[in-house]
Amino acid sequence: MMHFLLLFNRQSRLRLQKWFMPVSERFKRKVIRDMTMMVVGRPARSCNFLQWRDLKIVYKRYASLYFCVGMESEDNELLTLEVLHRYVEMLDKYFGNVCELDLIFNFEKAYYILDEFLMGGEVLETSKIDIGVAIEDADVLQETLEEYMSKPTY
Amino acid sequence: MPAPIRLRELIRTIRTARTQAEEREMIQKECAAIRSSFREEDNTYRCRNVAKLLYMHMLGYPAHFGQLECLKLIASQKFTDKRIGYLGAMLLLDERQDVHLLMTNCIKNDLNHSTQYVQGLALCTLGCMGSSEMCRDLAGEVEKLLKTSNSYLRKKAALCAVHVIRKVPELMEMFLPATKNLLSEKNHGVLHTSVVLLTEMCERSPDMLSHFRKLVPQLVRILKNLIMSGYSPEHDVSGISDPFLQVRILRLLRILGRSDDDSSEAMNDILAQVATNTETSKNVGNAILYETVLTIMDIKSESGLRVLAINILGRFLLNNDKNIRYVALTSLLKTVQTDHNAVQRHRSTIVDCLKDLDVSIKRRAMELSFALVNGNNIRGMMKELLYFLDSCDPDFKADCASGVFLAAEKYAPSKRWHIDTIMRVLTTSGSYVRDDSVPNLIQLITNSVEMHAYTVQRLYKALLDDISQQPLVQVSSWCIGEYGDLLVSGQCEEEEPIQVTEDEVLDVLEGLLVSNLSTPVTRGYSLTAIMKLSTRFSSVNRIKKVVSIYGSSIDVELQQRAVEYNAMFKKYDHMRPALLERMPIMEKSSSNGPTEMVQTNGETEPSALESKHPPPVTQPTNQANDLLDLLGGNDVGPVIQTSMPTKQASSGGELLDLLGDLSLTGGPTSAPVSTGPPPLPGFLLDGLSSSQNLFNDISAAGIPSMTAYNKNGLKIEFTFERATPNPNIAVITIHASNTTDADMTEFVFQAAVPKTFQLQLLSPSSNVVPAMNQGTVTQVIRVLNPQKQQLRMRIKLTYSHKGSAVQDLAEASGRVVWEPDPEHGVETP
Repeated sequence: MMHFLLLFNRQSRLRLQKWFMPVSERFKRKVIRDMTMMVVGRPARSCNFLQWRDLKIVYKRYASLYFCVGMESEDNELLTLEVLHRYVEMLDKYFGNVCELDLIFNFEKAYYILDEFLMGGEVLETSKIDIGVAIEDADVLQETLEEYMSKPTY
Repeated sequence: MPAPIRLRELIRTIRTARTQAEEREMIQKECAAIRSSFREEDNTYRCRNVAKLLYMHMLGYPAHFGQLECLKLIASQKFTDKRIGYLGAMLLLDERQDVHLLMTNCIKNDLNHSTQYVQGLALCTLGCMGSSEMCRDLAGEVEKLLKTSNSYLRKKAALCAVHVIRKVPELMEMFLPATKNLLSEKNHGVLHTSVVLLTEMCERSPDMLSHFRKLVPQLVRILKNLIMSGYSPEHDVSGISDPFLQVRILRLLRILGRSDDDSSEAMNDILAQVATNTETSKNVGNAILYETVLTIMDIKSESGLRVLAINILGRFLLNNDKNIRYVALTSLLKTVQTDHNAVQRHRSTIVDCLKDLDVSIKRRAMELSFALVNGNNIRGMMKELLYFLDSCDPDFKADCASGVFLAAEKYAPSKRWHIDTIMRVLTTSGSYVRDDSVPNLIQLITNSVEMHAYTVQRLYKALLDDISQQPLVQVSSWCIGEYGDLLVSGQCEEEEPIQVTEDEVLDVLEGLLVSNLSTPVTRGYSLTAIMKLSTRFSSVNRIKKVVSIYGSSIDVELQQRAVEYNAMFKKYDHMRPALLERMPIMEKSSSNGPTEMVQTNGETEPSALESKHPPPVTQPTNQANDLLDLLGGNDVGPVIQTSMPTKQASSGGELLDLLGDLSLTGGPTSAPVSTGPPPLPGFLLDGLSSSQNLFNDISAAGIPSMTAYNKNGLKIEFTFERATPNPNIAVITIHASNTTDADMTEFVFQAAVPKTFQLQLLSPSSNVVPAMNQGTVTQVIRVLNPQKQQLRMRIKLTYSHKGSAVQDLAEASGRVVWEPDPEHGVETP
């Protein structure tokens, strides 16, 4: 299972953090610090896999964002790269040509999409279509007058 | 109260901040506004405020005051509120806060909500951060949802069940009935999560594992359908249908087939099919192949399939993609133990990977290369590894150097090659060599007797070039101290002997003492080396001068040494030659584990922990030094052996086994016994242990001697003396006598004691016990008993009698404790 999923940019600003194991705030901060340091410091054409303590770290860079996953040693690294790619595809489909700004201003949506795709550190749904349908339906439920008038909810 | 600003506004505002301080100010202002809004119990804007709070939390600012608000949002009826409330709960709360338990009721209600998305939210939250209490309370609900026909809910319930099982393994049984027809689903999401659930159950319980073995045919069928089926747009990834599900099924098959022949046979075909038919041009195909290879290697597959798997890994190694090469190296490392020969075939490719630019790949290649080294390829491999050592990053050097030493020790084709390899490592990466290799190397050099001249010559030459690498300098100065006479006599056979005068050697060593590059430890080594040369060289005056100068050194360690050596010149000059004699060969314990230094006659070697103290050169008569050795020495229980040059076998390892037997708790044989065991039954020292009054007698009269062993005509007696001034040391002299009519030759006495004691075994008088009590072999043992415990000693005797080798074990125990001597008045620390 995955232990955490982090999104951060080259300036080490965190854009999304998902923790699948209960850990202390201090540990979270340490992990974030270590991950950003290790991943941002990697040269361009290196291998996407690292070892950190007893976890395998898989990271992939998409435009200005690094997607970083920490997982257990039995998990398949190559498949995790595909998981990250699928998540980016979902974000792209939802936001239409997603970029970092979209994820900054709509961070809660990024979380909602993530929660339809992964749960408890495992892949929940493998169909691209079903995830999209679920998000759209949930958005409809959330629709308020403001949304209807194309104003933001929050 | 004006409406709180919108989330977007806040984000925009914060992003305009130019400095950290400005940002902090804005956030503090907004937090204050949010807090007052929370106090006013504003329902309309609560979700907005919490959303803003979550944003600020992501930036790293504290947001704990929003925890209760999240709970209020969860309890609300609006979907918007619930959605952001659950998100807040997942981000701000975890099982460490007691507050989270308040969620349980809300989640329970939401699990039974009419809208599936609300149910989904509840399941998601429970499945991500549910604590064990929550899981216990809500497991029933989850189980109910696992049986529903709604696939959206079913898949979420399955992963939620996985989480529940991880948190509360006892509840696993509860989910068993619901798993009955999980695999007959058509929905991929449900299938995938079901496979995950089954995997989790099988991993945790062997009963479940055997129960689910019957699913293997069904799983094989599903996998086959996936491979054979046509294009399905929703599940397709680069032409492969649902790779996530395929990989998960392969993983479950691995677990099911692991030690089971029938299941493994049922999977053979499908594994072969996947291995040969999967498209390898994209990462996704390789991901599936990778999982297939792992499965093949783990189950009881037929050999043809295994060869296929290793070949796939070999192909991976040649792939351009770095990730694939990395994955191949990792898998080969796992399989090298079981399929060593097959992996050997790819050795040259693996060695090429050492030259890769990528750090992760280099590390894996290095580990794998060390695993592949064997007696046949040692020369070639070592060449490559030494070249790698020269050019690799500093982080690798320590590991690589240790690996080289280990490999060289195991497979060295000749002593000369071994010494050359060590020299190469020391001269090129000397500063990165681990501290504990210095004593190991010294021991190795001591043992290769015929190479002493060659070794010391080479080390001397290396020292002339460069004195900055401390391990090299330490080993060199130790060797020069020991074998300086060989150096100046120009006796080297292996290579051209160099002409060195005594003064030149002393110049070098003194140079080390004054150099800024030398650490205090190194200085200690060189001072001791200079001292040793006083018996080997003729220019004693020069040495005396050096030693007396350092008697006033600021460094306390050096000063102490110098003072003691000075004392050796002045008061104990008659003992000096004996004290500074050449060291005998040291035996080593088995080379598989961490090499432990074995105590030998008359001296102690520093353990890995005590690398600060270089080997002092003492004979037991120099009591001050003895106490230092005995008290400051190893943590590891000492393993003693008399140093008979003939006995090269790793009897150290057997003694460790002896100690293991001593352990009453039946602990592992590699560690010495822990403290405070109850007295052994049937010990031989009844008289001593029974009454306390004996102690008063003891301090005056001495402990009466005891017979420790009397069997087959060999009798061993112990006599006891006290060693002043330390009342904790007992000096035991063993007397071995032989009542049979034939001599006992090659007699070796070995002893082992529990960890709380320290033992020092001195040279025996001889190794032949003459027949018919014509004489005895005596040997002195010194035992330090700081905890004043009952002494227990295991003894092992080996000898040759009438042509056959005899071995025996025995135990001795008793109280060997001295009371503080009233005459002396004060107990020695």
